[in-house]
Amino acid sequence: MKGVSRMVEQGTFRVKAGLAEMQKGGVIMDVTTPEQAKIAEEAGAVAVMALERVPADIRATGGVARMSDPDMVLRIMDAVTIPVMAKVRIGHFVEAQILESLGVDYIDESEVLTPADEEFHINKALFTVPFVCGARNLGEALRRIGEGAAMIRTKGEPGTGNVVEAVRHIRMVMSEIRKLQNTPDEELMTFAKDIGAPFNLVQDVKRLGRLPVVNFAAGGIATPADAALMMQLGCDGIFVGSGIFKSNDPKARAHAIVDATLHYDDATLLAEISKNLGEAMPGLEISTLRQEDRMQERGW
Amino acid sequence: MKIGVLCLQGAVREHVASLEQCGVDVVCVKKKQQLADVDGLIIPGGESTTIGKLIERFDLAETLKKYIRQGKPVYGTCAGLIMLAKHVEGSKQFILGGMDITVARNAFGRQRESFEEDLLLPFLGEEPFRAVFIRAPLIKACGAAVEVLANCRDEIVAARQGNILVSSFHPELTDDVRFHDYFVAMAKQYKRDHAKE
Repeated sequence: MKGVSRMVEQGTFRVKAGLAEMQKGGVIMDVTTPEQAKIAEEAGAVAVMALERVPADIRATGGVARMSDPDMVLRIMDAVTIPVMAKVRIGHFVEAQILESLGVDYIDESEVLTPADEEFHINKALFTVPFVCGARNLGEALRRIGEGAAMIRTKGEPGTGNVVEAVRHIRMVMSEIRKLQNTPDEELMTFAKDIGAPFNLVQDVKRLGRLPVVNFAAGGIATPADAALMMQLGCDGIFVGSGIFKSNDPKARAHAIVDATLHYDDATLLAEISKNLGEAMPGLEISTLRQEDRMQERGW
Repeated sequence: MKIGVLCLQGAVREHVASLEQCGVDVVCVKKKQQLADVDGLIIPGGESTTIGKLIERFDLAETLKKYIRQGKPVYGTCAGLIMLAKHVEGSKQFILGGMDITVARNAFGRQRESFEEDLLLPFLGEEPFRAVFIRAPLIKACGAAVEVLANCRDEIVAARQGNILVSSFHPELTDDVRFHDYFVAMAKQYKRDHAKE
């Protein structure tokens, strides 16, 4: 029997958002070398984020942080069979064109890098490759989806090993969604105007009771308990940036965070999972950061 | 009629929604005890390496393999197809096996090459089926017991062997529940046959 094929379409929103749907319940890990990528894959990561420096090092080094060297991204793509993501600066659509040409599976338009445009984000709908973007609240998430983002993550405060900002952001998004669900239809336009979000997406969120795309946690997750906390608060999965390879036993910690993301609601198992992992990454108190060092303020 | 969805990682929510549209009860299976009273099981799409590791780590392998060996209805999409294959080209990853097929992972390419396309699937009726392929695997070879259900670009993308059903595409990402209806019918048939015994 032979199927007759017609109407082939690549890069539809369904195909782009679909990859993120396949990542749900999983952990995406920042890696800087092919060896780290293999450790992540072995631990059970659903994808890796290829970058030259993890956020903690970007924070420590200062200066302008840019897209990684394409050669380094390609070497990581060769090292693993799971999807590979990479970061571009906010608004830097040429960095995105370059990463798309490499065949990267997902692009993160990320506040971890130094923004290239302080006014406009990338028109992500133009690309075949899907994008993930950070958000601190419902309006910001829906603006990014309006521009074509196929996946959202909390911004948190990257490179701090402090989960407090990620918690603030997911609580904000979830509480705004609950409020929207109780908002009568005649008030929706004003709701959309107040949060600065596209009206049709506000309607979608009210109907679905969640974002129309997958929503991961990011920005400060350092322990299995942090991952489980974000899952219990309603995230679909976890990004761990500096938390794994800045800890003193990356293999064990990566493994444990994957397990905790699955069994996030089983405290007895979480206790088992959290045993003997060594030191977590050193943490930063958010109030010690200067205003200009707060990465979450980048983008709008 | 109660159908389980293996809930370790991946597109669980979508399969649950499709099954509910088919009018059956749905159970998310995370622990092996939950397999005991389900009349059929869906292994969803996700990352097959991750799902395999979690099956091993949380001691689900033997229970799942036994479920498949007993001939109970199982449907695997994408990563689920990989888990049910006898052999995966160029890979030593953990799989459950059960179906006499050889599978190539990411066979159409990377995410950039992912696509959707109308397939004519006579066993589901005349209306074309919108098949969504995401970093999809392909069936490169299959044994005599395997019935090919769908081709795309001259490759095998859906098949059945006894009560094992697989597709390399994702019916759960569309509103079309004909594929799920077909699986539910398999599960109902199995239940009827075994009620007589």
